Amino acid sequence: MADEPNLEYFWPPREENVLIGKDIQRIDGIAKATGRAKYSSDINTPGTLFAKLLTSNQAAAKIKMLNIEPAKKVPGVRAVYVFPSAYDIATGESKEIRWDGAPIVAVAADRPEIAADGVRAIEIEYEPLPFFVDEEDLAGAEKAQEETGIERVKSLGDNTEGDVESALSEAAVVHKGYYGIHTISHCCLEPHGSHCEWDGNDKLEVHLSTQNVSGTPGQFAGPLGLEQTAVHVQGHYEGGGFGSKFAADEWDLACAEMAKTTGKPVRLMLDRATELKIAGTRPSGFIDVTIAADAEGNIIAWDSHHWGTSGMAGGTVTLGKIPYVFDFANRNRKATGLVCNTGPNRAWRAPPHPQLCALTMTAMDDLAAKLEMDSYDLFMKNLPNVSKGIDDRIDVYAEQMKIAAEMIDWKAKWHPHGKGGGEGAVKRGLGMALHTWGGGAGPCTCLLKVHPDGSVETFLGSQDLGTGTRTVIAIVMAETFGLTLDDVKVNLGSSRYPKSGASGGSITVGGVSSTHRMAAQKALRQIFNLVAAKYDVKADTLAAKGGQILSDGKPVCSWKQAAGLVGPMPLEVQGETTREGLTSATVGGVQMVEVSVNTETGVIRINDFVCVQDCGLIIDELTARSQVLGGMIMGISYALTEERIMDSHTGRYLNADLENYKLPRIGDIGNLRVKMYQPASEYNRGVVGLGEPPVISPGAAISNAVANATGVRVPVLPLTPQRVLDALQKGGAA
Amino acid sequence: MKDRQHAGGNTTVSRRAFLQGSGAAMAATAIATGANEAVAEAEKPSRLRSAGPQKVVLTVNGKQHTLMLEPRVTLLEALRNDLNLTGAKEVGNVSNDGADTVIIDGKPVFASTRLAIEVEGKNITTVEGLSEGKNVDEVITAFVKHDATQCGYCTPGFVVAVRAFLNKNPGANLEQIRKGLGGNICRCGTYAGVTDAAVELCKQGGA
Repeated sequence: MADEPNLEYFWPPREENVLIGKDIQRIDGIAKATGRAKYSSDINTPGTLFAKLLTSNQAAAKIKMLNIEPAKKVPGVRAVYVFPSAYDIATGESKEIRWDGAPIVAVAADRPEIAADGVRAIEIEYEPLPFFVDEEDLAGAEKAQEETGIERVKSLGDNTEGDVESALSEAAVVHKGYYGIHTISHCCLEPHGSHCEWDGNDKLEVHLSTQNVSGTPGQFAGPLGLEQTAVHVQGHYEGGGFGSKFAADEWDLACAEMAKTTGKPVRLMLDRATELKIAGTRPSGFIDVTIAADAEGNIIAWDSHHWGTSGMAGGTVTLGKIPYVFDFANRNRKATGLVCNTGPNRAWRAPPHPQLCALTMTAMDDLAAKLEMDSYDLFMKNLPNVSKGIDDRIDVYAEQMKIAAEMIDWKAKWHPHGKGGGEGAVKRGLGMALHTWGGGAGPCTCLLKVHPDGSVETFLGSQDLGTGTRTVIAIVMAETFGLTLDDVKVNLGSSRYPKSGASGGSITVGGVSSTHRMAAQKALRQIFNLVAAKYDVKADTLAAKGGQILSDGKPVCSWKQAAGLVGPMPLEVQGETTREGLTSATVGGVQMVEVSVNTETGVIRINDFVCVQDCGLIIDELTARSQVLGGMIMGISYALTEERIMDSHTGRYLNADLENYKLPRIGDIGNLRVKMYQPASEYNRGVVGLGEPPVISPGAAISNAVANATGVRVPVLPLTPQRVLDALQKGGAA
Repeated sequence: MKDRQHAGGNTTVSRRAFLQGSGAAMAATAIATGANEAVAEAEKPSRLRSAGPQKVVLTVNGKQHTLMLEPRVTLLEALRNDLNLTGAKEVGNVSNDGADTVIIDGKPVFASTRLAIEVEGKNITTVEGLSEGKNVDEVITAFVKHDATQCGYCTPGFVVAVRAFLNKNPGANLEQIRKGLGGNICRCGTYAGVTDAAVELCKQGGA
């Protein structure tokens, strides 16, 4: 850090930065906005075949009969691939189909419409098996298990701190509540999939829509019987991942296999329904909770049992993290997983914090109402109960709460739940929630080159999911060398470049920024030594600014002249993730929201939504704010409209299309405001990631605002008009 | 019971046979009603087309392209797979997400909701038509300035939608923008940036 010059690598003093911390436009913005950016789904090498899938329309079944011969006979069909996870075509033995949408056959053809003909020609007959998909229904799962003997309920443990029973008996106020949050799908706009092309029989080129460029070649090589050197994975642009694109999937292997058998390139992207059904979901959680406080509002007891599903794995929201952000001296917790015939879960942005937050902070808010306390005061009062491990950030939370409250004018606008008055059916209310996330710097390496003409480039096997990774790297290099963004080039998205970790968990920016600061400082010191020798100045007086090398502020030579001193070949240096001095971990934030609820239609509108968020040293404030805004909008989505709806009669995913899987549109988000919390203490602790934290609080904050508006808790997210009206009717307020 | 899972069996073959049959019937009628009428009939562009691959001429970004396509091929498929104009994206099987927005004779249209043969003779502008080298439409510049892009997959469609919206509503206010751009879905959450970009452009009269 700037004030600790004994460290080998450190950030510049904040006030000297030209680029770091400013609003910098992303360097790939033009490529994206002109449509020139090529995603894996855009790769059209000559002769490319198009693949489509036959997927299961059963939640649980065996395949009694599968005849792919009619598909092979369709003119223009070039390959028919049966997924080994579904059916052994050699022996005719069926595997167990365990959820709607499971892939069974892939067909590759000259054109997509012919591939669809091929899929339609396939004959298949199922033998249905018992299934269970009602993830909210714990009693139903127990009953189904009893009746069928099939495991539907898994104990995920319980544990206790203190003495809950005594605390409850001594408490001034005890609140019992039920809350829940449904499963959602990742719903990446670019579906999962790849374009595969062989060079002979032993070299495979893959364009993969992935968050894990460096980590996926082996996932192709192993199953395909290739050496890892034979597989080259590229992912220059990814149309969304959100935690669901870390692996080469079975359909990607199908793509590679069909490319091999046909000797032609094949593109296989999931169709929208399949993308929603099987390419990643976020587990659900439902909770019975008892929470109690003393007369002053200090929370003294928590007793909860939660359940939900992650699919056939039978998981739910992690037991050990509830209650969320806070922990209380007397606490029981217990979790039960439901084994449901639903598509498998994958990490969904900030796993599983959004659910933890929605299950915890709603109960706290209702306790505040019972105490007749302002919700803000209850959260503030209980900051001393922030969980161990993040309790060093209590003061930061307090500061952030004050700033957010001022932004939204909390104290003037807040009223007791349901007591806002106002004419007519539309009621307004305020809600808030707090969140935390670890983040930190993920593994990364790079090869940085300073060419003799002064141009600079770097190579790394990382990926830019749209978070601004390329831009952050360019800013760090340009700032360090005193150059402009046009002077530096970032090469990422190839598994042939130095390895870099998968992008997930808010660890990419810490990894790539520290790696490049290290590499650039190393290179610059070598160049300073060359300049010092050539121009007879002292190396430790030198600085690189504005395209020049300065000695104690006076120009010595241009950057190009300095770079020319490296000789006829480029200066190459390597960088790697550097945690000490450059990066940190653990962030917090607070969100406050004002909503309007129409008590006649059940429709909720977001009026004003503020987020105060810390993330250490900010490299690019423009893209940082975009991350926060994006998180808030995804949060509005799962808070208000977005959910997977399973049909208990057929076991199918009912709304696997974008008409019925409801994502917000541009008019649904209201006024959003972001305040990046960045006093000197944040700059000085170095870079921390930001992708996850802002998506955590919206569910609880919006639910709390609706409770404040109406005086009635709508217990389960998303807060669809139907659920709002049901709750109002039950609560007697309609 | 043999179960063809997707309704309709192999519809292509039956539909093709049906259409070929009715085409032949039409020709027979023409001969029967006299030579003059037959000539007139032959010169009038027929709305009947065979179901097989056939010549389709598309005018995209001012250039004519002749393709061999079956009538069931959508404009989006033709743009992406035949012309390699991949700016418009396929997000849903039938679009209601706007990532495939193009401008046809001045109107914003979801390219997956039109067959390629339907739009012969019409002027089609894709996102690629909004830039030439470093020369880019103001909408693109405004998107970059306001960071209205994250993963970028919805972005080209959104850019085209904003361009079409501004052409029609150059001085729109915030409420009109929020209603008028409701056809496009973004998953990353770039709506705030898109709104800011559109508001700024409207203040400049829809530049």
